[in-house]
Amino acid sequence: MSERVFKYIGTRPIRHDGVDKVTGRANYGADLTLPGMLHGAVLRSPHAHARIVSIDTSAAEAVAGIKAIVTGKDFPETTAKLALGEAAIDLHDIADNVIARTKVLYGGHAVAAVAATNPDAAREALSKINVVYDVLKPVLTVDQATAPNAPILHDAMVTKGVKDAKGPTNVAARMELKRGDVEKGFAEADVVVEREYRTPTVHQGYIEPHACVARFGEDGRAVVWCSTQGPFAVRDQVAAIVGIDPALVKVIPSEIGGGFGGKIVVYLEPLAVALSRKAQRPVKMVMSRDEVFKASGPTSGTKIRVKIGAKRDGTVTAASASLYYEAGAYRGSPAGAGMACAYAPYKFPNFFIEAFDVVVNKPKVAAYRAPGSPMASFAVESTLDEIARELRLDAVDLRLKNAAAEGDHAPYGPAYGPIGVKTILDAVKNHPHWSAPLGRNQGRGLALGFWFNGGMNSSATVLLNPDGSAAVITGNPDIGGTRAAQALMVSEELGIPVERVRPIVADTDTSGMTDVTGGSRVCYATGMAVINAARDVREQLRARAAKIWDVDVESIKWEDGQAIPPPGVEKAPHPLGVADIGAKMAHTGGPIVGRASLYAPMAGPGFGAHICDLEVDPETGRTTILRYTAFQDVGKAVHPSYVEGQIQGGAAQGIGWALNEEYVYNPSGLMENAGFLDYRMPVASDLPMIETVLIEVANPLHPYGVRGVGEVPIVPPLAAVANAVRQATGIRFTELPLSPPRVLAGIEQASRQPVGVS
Amino acid sequence: MKLHIETTINGEPAEYLCEPHETLLSVLRNGVGLTGTKEGCSTGDCGACSVLLDGRLVPSCLVLAPEAQGRTVTTIEGLARGDRLHPLQQKFLEHAALQCGICTPGFIVAAAALLDKNPNPTETEVRYWLAGNLCRCTGYDKIIKAVLDSSAQLQKAAV
Repeated sequence: MSERVFKYIGTRPIRHDGVDKVTGRANYGADLTLPGMLHGAVLRSPHAHARIVSIDTSAAEAVAGIKAIVTGKDFPETTAKLALGEAAIDLHDIADNVIARTKVLYGGHAVAAVAATNPDAAREALSKINVVYDVLKPVLTVDQATAPNAPILHDAMVTKGVKDAKGPTNVAARMELKRGDVEKGFAEADVVVEREYRTPTVHQGYIEPHACVARFGEDGRAVVWCSTQGPFAVRDQVAAIVGIDPALVKVIPSEIGGGFGGKIVVYLEPLAVALSRKAQRPVKMVMSRDEVFKASGPTSGTKIRVKIGAKRDGTVTAASASLYYEAGAYRGSPAGAGMACAYAPYKFPNFFIEAFDVVVNKPKVAAYRAPGSPMASFAVESTLDEIARELRLDAVDLRLKNAAAEGDHAPYGPAYGPIGVKTILDAVKNHPHWSAPLGRNQGRGLALGFWFNGGMNSSATVLLNPDGSAAVITGNPDIGGTRAAQALMVSEELGIPVERVRPIVADTDTSGMTDVTGGSRVCYATGMAVINAARDVREQLRARAAKIWDVDVESIKWEDGQAIPPPGVEKAPHPLGVADIGAKMAHTGGPIVGRASLYAPMAGPGFGAHICDLEVDPETGRTTILRYTAFQDVGKAVHPSYVEGQIQGGAAQGIGWALNEEYVYNPSGLMENAGFLDYRMPVASDLPMIETVLIEVANPLHPYGVRGVGEVPIVPPLAAVANAVRQATGIRFTELPLSPPRVLAGIEQASRQPVGVS
Repeated sequence: MKLHIETTINGEPAEYLCEPHETLLSVLRNGVGLTGTKEGCSTGDCGACSVLLDGRLVPSCLVLAPEAQGRTVTTIEGLARGDRLHPLQQKFLEHAALQCGICTPGFIVAAAALLDKNPNPTETEVRYWLAGNLCRCTGYDKIIKAVLDSSAQLQKAAV
């Protein structure tokens, strides 16, 4: 497989949707206007935690231009569950999150929505809706939520996974993973390091706010145009939450301006459909940036305690961890994923990990790129860095000593197939970056990261034109170049130039059912469906050639985009190319359409290692990233530019998480920095070029060896940065972000201590 | 009462009605129908709505629509010449300098303003000039390379 010589895979053609996107022609979620369209707006809770006593909309209904108002009463109770992304999601909670019924659980929680002929009227109406709240005390952290007599978010909540648990509680679930004998392992260790870490709530930070247009027709059918990672997921959520038959809902995905996991769960779409049903006119809804921060789905703030013991030679003998992940207002943090990822790069003989899913009065968390893994990796890789320091071992050598390899069991169970951990670490060691000199106040950090990579449902259709060109249709919105990747796969299978393949993202009535663009699954799983659909076309081409030559189809070879007849065929012309056979379609059996659908197994696991060099200004606490190199086992890079782009973008997001990004709350539980000025994401002047090293250890589950690549690169940066700051300052920071005030406070505190802190 | 504004958009005379408090961004997108200019924050922090007003780079979300009276506005739709892409548009494609593409129009407009002012910027100058444009997908690497390559190509063409 890895020896296969590719003609198109691995090249870097210009993406098919590129011209539309550099000229401004591409249509995103907020770009659609329909005749008679109304403008929707949402009234949001000004309290972090309160009971809704009453909602009076009568004054709002009298505002000129108001056509519809909905509240929680307009939506049915639902108990349905939906397999979404990497977890099954409780639609009762999603519905309650879309619009509160009895309680508001975070500042920004929707309580009513209006549709008006213009945005000004919609805003005026919102100001005239009178909501009476019984304000309750909020809980904002794991510690507050688990304290005795803590305010309770959900009166019926008991802890799942605990025998005979009694409620009510804010701990939604407890999980554990273990192997071997941890106590014995720690007893055998020469050095044991234990630390407690904290990471803040952070947001995906996609530049395009959530946006949709919904039209509910007289025939009871709803059409939803929206920016989403999963049109089929939107269809099913909308149907269940609004209370209509999914067969009557069509979702047309727009181009999507970033998602990173945050555009899978619905927020606006059910409101827009319900408003349109009441008004019998199309309704457009677009979130403001303030709403995106306060009312979409960031990822968990965490508290993680890690303890690792090792022998003098670096062999880890035991490891334990307790992971507390904030779920936000409803159960469902990625604590379980964090638990499975924490020690995944290593073959530790003994470990015990417990994880807790804890509700707090913050927005309900959504998926964010490798959900749960970056925080766990931050804690584990920081602790391993301390072990290496205690033992005076090279950080690469310590990790090589414990690295998982093919045949070792993942902490979450199955034995690994071929994986690239050791290959990556060898590449780190041999890279000039690892041994480059450092200056004063500078430090270098290394960290590993892991993500499972998803599989799931995918469908693809390949249409062949008589001129030998083709179209490939899937239902996965293209967030980062998947159209180009899919076209390359069709080119590879059929031997036609990539410019003659048109990749199409279709709606829910046009594409076969396909799961979300998420889980790093599109190039892998939908890619397999595309390859199979193209092979279906190829087999039909062989059959047509057999007909033309009047020979047995089995005797026909397919090479480099051509059907080759068996020896002795006199009938010209031969060989026959795709266009030759296409031209004869009508006389050999009609149009040629290839199709494939599959449920892909969980993809080959992905690993990466990042090296970060930085300098800390001791006067201001400001950290400047000087050099950054990211190594990753990508299986097989289909379009290397977009693989590099995934790695560079993931690294940049992780650097932002490490250095500056955090939700800041006031004591009432309201977010104080809901804007890009104060929620400080990396800008171009904050970063150096990010060098990528693509390592290709073929994934045996995929015909080309492809692995998912999108999520792994956000995992290592948190600890890579923290470990570099450790070297630059001598201080082990255990709480993110490493913003200038925090670093400066650490430096000042250390300088007051007579003895060195390292 | 709506105001009647006469202006020039992408080299052609244009007029629109707007509320006094409406932004240029809102009018471009909803009134004139030029949706290539994107809204990411409406607080002037993300640069997705970058346009040129009398040749000067501005976030159109912080410009009132009436302020365009008698002035010239250039948007992403006005950069290509006939069937020829602007060199920056071509280089963004060649360098794969976009992933989701929502920030791309703003980056290209901002970079065009830079190259107009400073045809031969250093990497640092490009990074600081574009620090008002947020991209969450690319880590900026390929964007910076595309702008530097465009500059090199424009230099060559000028010789």
